[in-house]
Amino acid sequence: MIMSAYELSLIAIVSINVMLALSLNIITGLCGQVSLGHAAFFGAGAYTCGVLAGLGVPMYATMAAAAVVAGLLGFLVGLASLRVREDFLAITTMGVGFVFVGFVRKQNWLGAEMGLSNIPDHGLGETGFVVLCIALVVLMSLLTIYVKHSWLGFGFTAVADDEDTTRTLGLDVASYKLTAFVLGTLLAGVAGTLYAYFTRFLVPGAFGFGISISILAMVIVGGVGSVWGVIIAAVTLTLLPEFIRVVNDYKIFIYGLLLLLTMRFLPGGLADLARRRHLLFGYKRSG
Amino acid sequence: MLYLELALQGLVNGSMYAVVAVGLTLIYGLLRILHVAHAGLFTLGAYTTVLLTNALGSLALGTAVSMLVVGLCGMVIYRLLYEPLLEQPPYVALIASIGLFISMEEGYRILFGPYGNSFSSAWLTARISLGPFNMAAADFAMLLGAVVLLVFLAALMSRTRLGMAWRATVTDAAMARSFGVDTIKVRYGIFFMASAFAAAAGSLVAVLNNLVEPTMGSVPSYKSLAIIVLGGLGNVGGTLLAALLLGVIEAFGTIYTGAYLDRDAIAFVFLIAVLMFRPEGLFTAK
Repeated sequence: MIMSAYELSLIAIVSINVMLALSLNIITGLCGQVSLGHAAFFGAGAYTCGVLAGLGVPMYATMAAAAVVAGLLGFLVGLASLRVREDFLAITTMGVGFVFVGFVRKQNWLGAEMGLSNIPDHGLGETGFVVLCIALVVLMSLLTIYVKHSWLGFGFTAVADDEDTTRTLGLDVASYKLTAFVLGTLLAGVAGTLYAYFTRFLVPGAFGFGISISILAMVIVGGVGSVWGVIIAAVTLTLLPEFIRVVNDYKIFIYGLLLLLTMRFLPGGLADLARRRHLLFGYKRSG
Repeated sequence: MLYLELALQGLVNGSMYAVVAVGLTLIYGLLRILHVAHAGLFTLGAYTTVLLTNALGSLALGTAVSMLVVGLCGMVIYRLLYEPLLEQPPYVALIASIGLFISMEEGYRILFGPYGNSFSSAWLTARISLGPFNMAAADFAMLLGAVVLLVFLAALMSRTRLGMAWRATVTDAAMARSFGVDTIKVRYGIFFMASAFAAAAGSLVAVLNNLVEPTMGSVPSYKSLAIIVLGGLGNVGGTLLAALLLGVIEAFGTIYTGAYLDRDAIAFVFLIAVLMFRPEGLFTAK
């Protein structure tokens, strides 16, 4: 064993958050649909996995089922995104998040307030599980980069930039939006599976509004649409509270303040920082 | 009788939502910003009122000073945070606002402790009997306070030149400017008034519960967003009706569907259902 259990669990948490950020990046970053309820899809995946795993279903099957359930829910919300736009959509997705948590809280078969706790071990061992997490992060990163540079990605960018013009040009805006929602929520469902096996204990509060906000914060601090920016932001924002544990009592205060200051002084996110440096060096060289 | 009491309870909650949300919808109409930190000012107002009232011994004076101080804080937030972000996509200001709200809540916890503060002398613990109703004086004060504030706002908006300038700016800032309205002053004015209203709502809730807590702004923070969307973003009249309606629906929903959904979920099921049929909210802004 090269790494301690603490370090391994940290890697697992970081991986899960990177996956969540990447999955939301498809919806919000690439396709421009702001979602304030992404934790609901994460939760739908986690609970699907939790219930099935409790019945003895093996991991690959629970993961597939979780992705399907989250993706279906994403399809429904995607349909809603065809009705409402921009700020209305943001609040609708926020509503979806609250309805999900409020529903789970009252379901005894999902453990209600007490939580779902009979999730079996994944059987991969600590190191094996972390390897799986990292492998999935790499896969999702490659998938996102591929999508971004495919025709699908160009369609997403067009929808994000100007929906009406895209429609005028004859592109099917509705199917692009639905694809973005299904793809993004499906991947959130996969992240939910890993979370369920990782904690082996699910409570509704773990998928609340605060989690949706922190996933969205990763995407926006990273710089919407930028795969690398989003990955770096997800890693940083996840580890930040660990690094500033010395000031434990102030860590959430500092987190909020950093969010505020990043947006105030770097509205384009980390990706913009890289772009600006590039411009700066380019200018110096030519001058 | 149960129906009436539920409706009344709903109206009490709804009137609190209304006083918070009316400022939020004006700010949205003005700048297209979802000002989540508004709920942080609500909590700041509640704390300031409790601390000042305990120090000065007068609830009225405490609330007045609190509204003034929090109103100024709102102007500072506009100047330092939102004004530089107006050219950015709307989610930038949204995340900045959420960041500010998180630090505000944490700040109150660090400064005033996690368990909350109370008035040193209990205000309005009496109960009032009004015909068939028997309601707590604090509930009554909430309704009355909300009505006074909202009537004041309605008069200001519809009867004064200042209100006319505000309405013109919210409807079409460029046009208002070309007619000689100082739209920058209007922004400060609206932020001051909206924040002072949030402080008043916080103070009313403080009286109602005789308790202020660092997290008391959490529920208003997202509930008021739902309300201004229901009311048709930027529409003041629609927001008032949506607030009262949501309060009543929550009160009834908690009794009849409480076994399946919690209070927040009921509010948002209603919101989503409405938006699917009327994507621009119940009362579309003209």
